[in-house]
Amino acid sequence: MLLITCPHCGARDENEFSCGGQAHIARPGPPEAVGDAEWARYLFERDNPKGMHFERWVHRHGCGQWFNVARDTVTHEIKAIYGALEPKPDLP
Amino acid sequence: MQGDLSRPSPRRATRRKTIDVKHYSLWSLFREGLTGHRGWPQAWRSPTPKPAYDVVIVGGGGHGLATAYYLAKNHGITNVAVLERGWIGQGNSGRNTTVIRSNYFFPASAAFYEFSLKLYEKLGEELNFNTMVSQRGLVTPSHSRHDLEGARRWVNAMRLNGIDSEMLTTAEIKRMVPLLDTSPQARHPILGGFIQRRGGVARHDAVVWGYARAADALGVDIIQNCEVTGFSFEKGRAVGLRTTRGDIRAGKIGLAAAGHQSVLAAMAGFRLPLITYALQAFVSEPLKPWLDVVLLSPATGVYASQSDKGEIVLGGGLDLYPSYAQRGNLPTAEHVMAGFLELFPTLSRARFMRQWAGMTDVVHDSSPIIGKAPVDGIYLNCGWGTGGFKAIPAGGWTFAHTLAHASPHKLVEAFGLDRFISGAMVDEAAASGIAH
Repeated sequence: MLLITCPHCGARDENEFSCGGQAHIARPGPPEAVGDAEWARYLFERDNPKGMHFERWVHRHGCGQWFNVARDTVTHEIKAIYGALEPKPDLP
Repeated sequence: MQGDLSRPSPRRATRRKTIDVKHYSLWSLFREGLTGHRGWPQAWRSPTPKPAYDVVIVGGGGHGLATAYYLAKNHGITNVAVLERGWIGQGNSGRNTTVIRSNYFFPASAAFYEFSLKLYEKLGEELNFNTMVSQRGLVTPSHSRHDLEGARRWVNAMRLNGIDSEMLTTAEIKRMVPLLDTSPQARHPILGGFIQRRGGVARHDAVVWGYARAADALGVDIIQNCEVTGFSFEKGRAVGLRTTRGDIRAGKIGLAAAGHQSVLAAMAGFRLPLITYALQAFVSEPLKPWLDVVLLSPATGVYASQSDKGEIVLGGGLDLYPSYAQRGNLPTAEHVMAGFLELFPTLSRARFMRQWAGMTDVVHDSSPIIGKAPVDGIYLNCGWGTGGFKAIPAGGWTFAHTLAHASPHKLVEAFGLDRFISGAMVDEAAASGIAH
């Protein structure tokens, strides 16, 4: 069971939240200048690291706000929680 | 006297002639039974890695070992190594719920998985290893009118693809699985369903060991406790691997590492459309025989069968965040148990003995990836998500062809990486069994 500290509501059980996958993915553009291969990279390819992962979460059964989490995918330890628009924290 | 028989006697061992018991049969079992079962050789060797191979396969699970076997058997390529980080079958091949089936919707997947099921039907003879294939039938109940309409469409699609399937009434399902709560007031009432009678289970360890032993007998080197740490390149082509047991050159490299495929891809400098999730499974204490089909209930997110030892083998949905931890989290476990008890309230006192998770490599369209990697010299077998076990024979067969001919087998032409660019997805979200 993860205990996730929502920046707005405080610490809650993981079943109140949903994971939205990898964070900090920039949409390529302008659209008319983007080829099929680049769209495929944007839509489907992911880092999928074994270790530190920067990911989006939403407090679905709470305030409904999105935010970012830095979490280890092996130990599940949460190293940082930060705003959806903030840059990646400097973590190993 | 019994102690005498079980203790190896050095005198007898020296007198004993080597008897070839490489072929498993009733006769060899009987003959070994007379002499204390001391003549069985190791099922496969543990060789030191050679400096170079024609083909090196990374991943000693079902898919990797089946690929090595069919490379040797179908294509005559025997200078092959299978590298396994731990011991063979340690990953998903030993962590699944052993279900085999071909109840897929789209023609491309139906043809592939039906070929796999047909190979499973003959696998014991093919490998001279008892894979304990039991085609006890796969029953999928429908819990709403919409479920039922979906089931009819699914059954029709399967029949158009030439695969056995038939609709069942609630009474027929109740006759097959009497403990199922089919009352109208059930939280998930059962309005009917369908069955694939040729679906069932196989012993997962036996599939791994059978392929390993058969591949080894054809000259394949199975190298365990050998972790890949990097790749070496010449003029942009991958020509070898760095491993914890030294550098190994390879004519071609096949990656079949399931949940760890993205980690290997990152070492070789490319990314894949995969996300690794934990998928949990559970085993109960042994119970008297009560379930002689495989039950798959997508609405409650549960699939269950009973093992020969009487344990309920139970699986459910994914832990829905990326994870490489082979254990799984409690909220998902509770969800699966709750779904199971909605179906079988009588079993609320049954205790579970073991729980574990496999690392599944999930693709957006729930279809596999077999074909060339973006890097020259590397080939991919991955993306099996939550259903790789049933695909092992066909996955090995077609991946061996793909490696041998450097172009995809016709059964996997639809499953290349190029589909993510062209948009020609094979969206098997429903037939993958459980919602992602």
